[in-house]
Amino acid sequence: MPMAAEEIETMIKAAIPDAEIEITDLAGDGDHYAARVVSESFRGLPRVRQHQRVYAALEGRMGGVLHALQLTTAIPN
Amino acid sequence: MTDDARSRIDSTVKASDVVLFMKGTPLFPQCGFSSRAVAILEHLGVEYASVDVLQDQGIRQGIKEYSDWPTIPQLYVKGEFVGGSDIMMEMYESGELSQLLQDQGVTPAQ
Repeated sequence: MPMAAEEIETMIKAAIPDAEIEITDLAGDGDHYAARVVSESFRGLPRVRQHQRVYAALEGRMGGVLHALQLTTAIPN
Repeated sequence: MTDDARSRIDSTVKASDVVLFMKGTPLFPQCGFSSRAVAILEHLGVEYASVDVLQDQGIRQGIKEYSDWPTIPQLYVKGEFVGGSDIMMEMYESGELSQLLQDQGVTPAQ
């Protein structure tokens, strides 16, 4: 079962409220997305931890119902 | 994760300087993300061990818990988890990955 882009955004936003989120549906099939998440709360965290925070926000869907989410994280300029 | 899976993962990531957990093999990757991870390591020219998680359900589930990382591929350098394919790509493009390997004393195979 694929996931809607809005649902991904809502879940990330719930866990990381200040996040600016850009989601791209890569294949148009609702199953392959790219997400760019920018949050001040990532400052000082190694990249692995930043990604883990986003995965945690998705509560286990990543690697399950959500097969492909190409993730980029960043800190606001 | 079973104790057996944990101890096998543990000894695998410590047995080689660079270990890639992937779907399929470097010659026949079974997923685009694993294929990308292989391409990066080949470009960097380092020797690495690969583990095909599709051949081993215990490792396939166990590695996700072991690294606290939900997806495959996963890269380990000197027993430390580095990241999945997105992080590998970012670090490769910025030069951080070759720097990390160099800092860890992993030099390209001649």
